[in-house]
Amino acid sequence: MPAPRTIPFDYPVPSASPAPALPGDGLPWLDALRGEGRRLSAGGLPGTRTEAWKYTSLAPLTELEFSHPAATLTEAIPAELGPGAFDALEGPSLVFVNGRLSARHAQLDGLPAGLRVRGLAQGLADDPAGIEALIGGTEALNGDLMAAFNAAFGADGCIVETEPEAAGKEPVLLRFVAAPGSEPLAYHPRVIVRLGAGSSLTLIECHEGPAGAPTWSNPFVDIRVGEGATLSHVKLQVEGDGAYHTALTKAALAGEARYESHLLALGARLARHEIHVRLAGEGADCQLRGGYMARGSQHIDNTTVIDHAVPHCESREVYKGVLDDTARGVFQGKIIVRQDAQKTDGHQLNRTLLLSPKAEIDTKPELEIYADDVKCSHGATAGEPEADQLFYLRSRGLDLRTARKLIVQGFMGELLEEVGHEPTRAVLAERVAAWIDGGRS
Amino acid sequence: MSKPMLAIENLHATVDGKPILNGLDLAVNEGEVHAVMGPNGSGKSTLAYVIAGREGYEVTEGSITYRGEDLLAMSVEERACSGVFLAFQYPVEIPGVGSATFLKTAVNAARKHRGEQEYDAMEFLKLVREKRAALGIDDGMMRRALNVGFSGGEKKRNEMLQMALLEPTLAILDETDSGLDIDALKVVADGINALRGPERAMVVITHYQRLLDHVVPDKVHVLAGGRIVRSGGSELALELESRGYAGLGLEPSAAA
Ligand SMILES: Nc1ncnc2c1ncn2[C@@H]1O[C@H](COP(=O)(O)OP(=O)(O)OP(=O)(O)O)[C@@H](O)[C@H]1O
Ligand SMILES: [Mg+2]
Repeated sequence: MPAPRTIPFDYPVPSASPAPALPGDGLPWLDALRGEGRRLSAGGLPGTRTEAWKYTSLAPLTELEFSHPAATLTEAIPAELGPGAFDALEGPSLVFVNGRLSARHAQLDGLPAGLRVRGLAQGLADDPAGIEALIGGTEALNGDLMAAFNAAFGADGCIVETEPEAAGKEPVLLRFVAAPGSEPLAYHPRVIVRLGAGSSLTLIECHEGPAGAPTWSNPFVDIRVGEGATLSHVKLQVEGDGAYHTALTKAALAGEARYESHLLALGARLARHEIHVRLAGEGADCQLRGGYMARGSQHIDNTTVIDHAVPHCESREVYKGVLDDTARGVFQGKIIVRQDAQKTDGHQLNRTLLLSPKAEIDTKPELEIYADDVKCSHGATAGEPEADQLFYLRSRGLDLRTARKLIVQGFMGELLEEVGHEPTRAVLAERVAAWIDGGRS
Repeated sequence: MSKPMLAIENLHATVDGKPILNGLDLAVNEGEVHAVMGPNGSGKSTLAYVIAGREGYEVTEGSITYRGEDLLAMSVEERACSGVFLAFQYPVEIPGVGSATFLKTAVNAARKHRGEQEYDAMEFLKLVREKRAALGIDDGMMRRALNVGFSGGEKKRNEMLQMALLEPTLAILDETDSGLDIDALKVVADGINALRGPERAMVVITHYQRLLDHVVPDKVHVLAGGRIVRSGGSELALELESRGYAGLGLEPSAAA
C-alpha cells in the first residue's frame, strides 16, 4: 500500500510528547485502543494513491495546524448558526459542541421505556466496564485510518441503546456543532448505537458549523441492529464552507434487521460520508438513501461498502445529487456478495444533475460477487436537467429559473419521500428548498 | 369582422438541419376553431412546437404573428404567459414534482404576468376542485408527481385540466383525442367547447373525425409535406374520413 500523507498537526505523536488529557485516560483497555489509534494514524491521512481515496484528496487538510482539544472546550453554540435545524422536533436530544457533550443543552427528560441515551465521556467515568464491553478491543479499527484517528483523538460521543421490543416514538437527535475559535479545530466524536431485538428507533444526526472557519469533524458511528430490529438513521450535514467532514458509519445487521440511512449532505468544503454495512443475519434489509447538493468549489464524496455475508438479504442504494459551479461529486459503491450469500438481492443507483458544465461527478460501482444465485445491479446517470422537462414547464409559463428549480426540487424530493418520520422529512425538504433558493439559476 | 389571432406566413422550419415545414400559411381569427389533419410525419407536431417556441426547432424563413405581435421574438414562457397554450401529444413526466404544486406555480406565473394577484392556497384548491370535477380527474392524481406513471388517457386529461386553469387565448391541441376512451373523449370535448369564446381561438390537431363530431371546427386544413395543401369547412374532415389522404390526392409526395 502506498504511504499515506503525513500531516503536521499538533496532536502528539506517541512517545514524542505526552498525550493530551482525554476522558477515560488510564483505563488500560482504552489506553490500548488510543495507543493503537495513534500508531495507525501516525503516518498521516490517506493520500489519493490509496485506492479508496483516489477521487478525494485530503491534501488541503494537511496544511492546517489544529489546536489542542483542551483549547476548544466550550458549550457555547455560535450565534450565527441560529436555531438548530431540528429544534422544532419533539424527543430526546444531545448537543455536542466541538465534539464534547454539552450537559446544559441535553434534553433527556421522559425518555421512553427501553431507550437509553448517555454521553460517552460520562459513561467512561460511571460505567467503564459497560463501555469497554460496547467498544471492545482494537479490532474495530480494522485498519481503517479514519476510525484510527477517531480512536486516537476522540474525546467524547454518546451511546444510544434500545432494549428488546422497545419502540421509540420520537426520534433521538444528536446535534454536532462546530464552535471554532481563532485556530483550526478538529473533533472526532464517536457514536455507538445498539438496537435490541425487535426494537425500532429513528436517530437523527445533524452536523452544523459556521461559515469560513477551518474545521475538521471526523465522526465515527458504530451501529448494531439486533434481530428483527429497525433503525431509521437520518443525517443532515450542513457544516460551514471551511469545514472538512470525514464521516465513517459502520452498521452490522442481525437476521431480519432493517437499517435505513437517509443522508442529506449540503455543507462543508469537503465532505466524505462513508458507510459500511454488513448484512450478517439472514433476511436483513439495508436501505441507503443519500442526497447531496454542492456548489462553488465544494467536494462531496459518498462511499459505501455493503457486505452480504449470509443468504437472503436485500440491499438498495439510491444516491442522488445536484452539482453546480465547479463542485465535484464522488460516488463509490461497493457490493460484496460472499460465497454463502445466495439469493442476495442488491441494487445500487447513482444519479446526478449537473447544473453547470464545470461540475463533475466520478461514479465508481464495484460488484464483488462470489455466490452464483444472486440478483445484483448498478446504474448511474449524470447530466443536465432534461430539455423536454424544461420546455414542458416553460410552456406553462414558468420562467427558466423556476422550471429548473422545480425539476431539481422534484429530483431531490423523490429521495425524501422515503423518510418515514414526517416532521423530519419536512425539515430536510426545507433545507433542499433553501439550497435551491441560494443558487443563482 | 373578427380580428386575426394567429397569422403564419410562409413558415419554413428545420429540426437538426432537416427541413420539416416548407412554406406553411395559416390564419386563425378570434373566436375560431381550426382543425389540422395530415398524415403521420407531415409536420403537425413540429408546427405546434414552433408556435410554443421549443428549442431546436429553427425557423429559417417566414413569420408568425400572434395578436399583432411577433411571436417568434418571444421566449417560451412569454408566449405561455401571453395566452398561448400547447396541449402536448406526449405530455412530459416530471418526477418528484407534485401535480398540485405545479398547477399552482403555473397559474400564478400567468396571473403575475398579467399583473393580477396570485391565488392563495385555499382559493386555488377550490378552483382546481371545480375544474377537476368537470374533467373527471380524481384527487389522487393531483397528489402524484406530474404525469409520472399516468396512463395515456390520464395524461391527456391532465393537459385539459391545465388548459382549463390557464384559460389560454390561443390553444394548440396536439392529438389530445388519441389515447382517450369514448367517455373521456366526450368529457374532453366538453372541456374544449367550454373554453370556446369570441376572444379565443383553437387549433385542434387530430387524425380522426370523432373529436370533430363534438368540437365542430370552423375550418379544416390538411398538412402534408410541411405545408397546408388543402383547406375547407368541416365537411373536409368527413371527406378525409371516408376517402383518406390518398383518395383526395393529398399524399405528401403528391403535395410536394
Ligand atoms: N429531432 C428530429 N430530428 C430529425 N427529424 C425529426 C426530429 N423531430 C421530428 N423529426 C421529423 O419531422 C417530421 C415531422 O414530425 P412531426 O412530429 O411534426 O409529425 P406529425 O405530423 O406530428 O406526425 P404524427 O401524426 O405521427 O404525430 C417527421 O418525419 C419526424 O421524423
Ligand atoms: Mg404529432
